[in-house]
Amino acid sequence: MEAKTKDLWVFIETNDNGTAKNVGLELLAAGRALAEKQGGKLVGIVIGSAVDESVKAATAYGADTVIVVDGKEYEHYTTDAYCKAFYTLVEKYAPTSILIGATNNGRDLGPRLSCRLKTGLTADCTQLAIDEESGNVAWTRPAFGGNLMATILCPDNRPQIGTVRPGVFKKAAADEARKSEVIKEDIHVDAAEIRTALLEVIHEAAGELVDLEGAEIIVSGGRGVGGPEGFKPIRELAEVLGATVGASRAAVDAGWIGHSHQVGQTGKTVGPKLYIACGISGAIQHVAGMSSSKTIIAINKDETAPIFNVADYAIVGDLFEILPVLTAEIKKLKA
Amino acid sequence: MNMLVCIKQVPDTTEIRIDPVKNTLIRDGVPSIVNPFDAYALEIAARIKDTDPSSRIVVLSMGPEQAKNALKECLAVGGDKAYLVTDRCFGGSDTLATSYILSSAIKNLEKTEGKFDIIFCGKQAIDGDTAQVGPEIAEHLDLPQVTYAVEASAADGKVKVKKEVEEGFELIGVNMPCVVTVTKPSFDPRYPTIKSKMAANRAEIGVIICDDMPDIDRERIGLKGSPTKVKKTFTPPVKSGGVKIHEDSNEATAKKLFAMLVADGII
Ligand SMILES: Cc1cc2nc3c(=O)[nH]c(=O)nc-3n(C[C@H](O)[C@H](O)[C@H](O)COP(=O)(O)OP(=O)(O)OC[C@H]3O[C@@H](n4cnc5c(N)ncnc54)[C@H](O)[C@@H]3O)c2cc1C
Ligand SMILES: Nc1ncnc2c1ncn2[C@@H]1O[C@H](COP(=O)(O)O)[C@@H](O)[C@H]1O
Repeated sequence: MEAKTKDLWVFIETNDNGTAKNVGLELLAAGRALAEKQGGKLVGIVIGSAVDESVKAATAYGADTVIVVDGKEYEHYTTDAYCKAFYTLVEKYAPTSILIGATNNGRDLGPRLSCRLKTGLTADCTQLAIDEESGNVAWTRPAFGGNLMATILCPDNRPQIGTVRPGVFKKAAADEARKSEVIKEDIHVDAAEIRTALLEVIHEAAGELVDLEGAEIIVSGGRGVGGPEGFKPIRELAEVLGATVGASRAAVDAGWIGHSHQVGQTGKTVGPKLYIACGISGAIQHVAGMSSSKTIIAINKDETAPIFNVADYAIVGDLFEILPVLTAEIKKLKA
Repeated sequence: MNMLVCIKQVPDTTEIRIDPVKNTLIRDGVPSIVNPFDAYALEIAARIKDTDPSSRIVVLSMGPEQAKNALKECLAVGGDKAYLVTDRCFGGSDTLATSYILSSAIKNLEKTEGKFDIIFCGKQAIDGDTAQVGPEIAEHLDLPQVTYAVEASAADGKVKVKKEVEEGFELIGVNMPCVVTVTKPSFDPRYPTIKSKMAANRAEIGVIICDDMPDIDRERIGLKGSPTKVKKTFTPPVKSGGVKIHEDSNEATAKKLFAMLVADGII
């Protein structure tokens, strides 16, 4: 497909209640710089049901134009409905580039969409730039479990598409007074075209929502916590910090904590402001999931633990003695 | 149930080291393994076969000759028949071209192996970590897809998939035929027995070359058919300037950390 415009699109992924997920708003900040270099507009794509809040948010966080597809069939994400809506929009407007958050849904949609468009997709990017020589988007992403970074171009096909990790880019400050052009597109998908059905929602433990991707602070425990009760000092620190509890795979596999807490290649990819790794050695598969955190504190009694290679604060010592003191000090500070 | 599992042979990324001088990956001597997510996919297929012994599992891989070893490993833990798609002209394929080749191979295989009710893929291959090939195969074949599966059961033409989402899990229903991509379940793949290993070693691996697929569009394979190009690779910069805190006592260490975090505006 030939691009008809120099516009850059950002997928504003919505929640079932119509509000915007953070990642789309972060990508507006990242997309702004790219759109300016490409000489086109920054366009937010909102698909969902009752999405007025998302349209407002997309505007406040920087979209010049917001294209909206609103319908009951989009309330809960399905591959078939979202791909059809998105594909229809791309065919009509033919943007030059598209950014999609690398959430579960984004990574379900991205390849399906790019394949239908017969174009290239670069998954799970952590850096974005414009290639000076060619003007293409330079998509940079980790490979080999984070051992290697690769910069990828999509020179001959349009649109060029990438999924981008949540948490890597920071949202701009919201400007509620901003105005954008809002375009409503009527695209409907018949029930028969949606080939999957949501039969049941299973939350791991009642009331326990582990939103690691959206967390600003994460306190994680690994094999070094020694057992399920070893998560107690982790939880106590998390509580005073308003943080979410994460874990290494070793702790999860041992059954000390649920899988939804796992950070890393086979768990969640996170990018909080602050990541505190306690009793985690820093295997490459763990680091792959947390290395884009802004500040990393690692507490480990082994001075040579590889986690210290990515840590801003390398704390050598016993977590069971360090955490309670730290928690108490923070409690005092906040009191 | 007639099931297909797509498996890739990958270097064991836990064994990869960086050459500190040249700043490149040291791949020599790194063992090749069945992509772990594909092993999980095969296990989920094998569990469906356990409940319905009339089922059959075909394993399919695209790669060089040595990927036959990976296919044989799969035959020892549930696979009934294995095929390798291999040809010089497939080299340099990105995910779009790879998924196109695999989907062409699947269409051809279905002529002899019968229609597949479920096509399983791993969530992602641990060398590229792209997670694209599964959904792209689904798109090429115009099949519904369910990604991030941790469990699946099949009966009466329907598949029920327990799918991992950010907030927990969902149970998704989908009609056959469909594509399911598998992430880490709560169980491990089964082990081979000495008998199953020996049988797998003797097994004949079917080979599919480009000429075996009369309908394939040669413009869409290999480097030519790959829209994405790798511009450069580099090793991630090591974080420098981290501070180390290691006082005489843990308490003193904790207090110093706290003071620094406050001073640096972290908390
Ligand atoms: C395909 C694949 C995918 C994987 N995916 C993931 C993934 O998504 N996430 C993940 O985390 N791992 C993953 N792994 C596993 C990974 O390789 C490591 O095995 C795992 O991360 C190790 O967990 P750990 O650091 O908690 O345990 P260990 O490596 O055993 O480290 C425990 C650490 O705790 C320290 N310690 C012990 N006691 C104390 C104490 N009292 N105070 C302070 N420190 C202490 C020790 O010095 C040690 O460094 C994957 C592996 C493979 C092969
Ligand atoms: N060369 C290949 N041969 C067979 N299956 C593959 C191949 N490449 C990818 N796959 C399948 O697609 C999944 C996702 O791979 P990827 O998109 O490369 O991360 C893998 O887990 C495999 O199931």
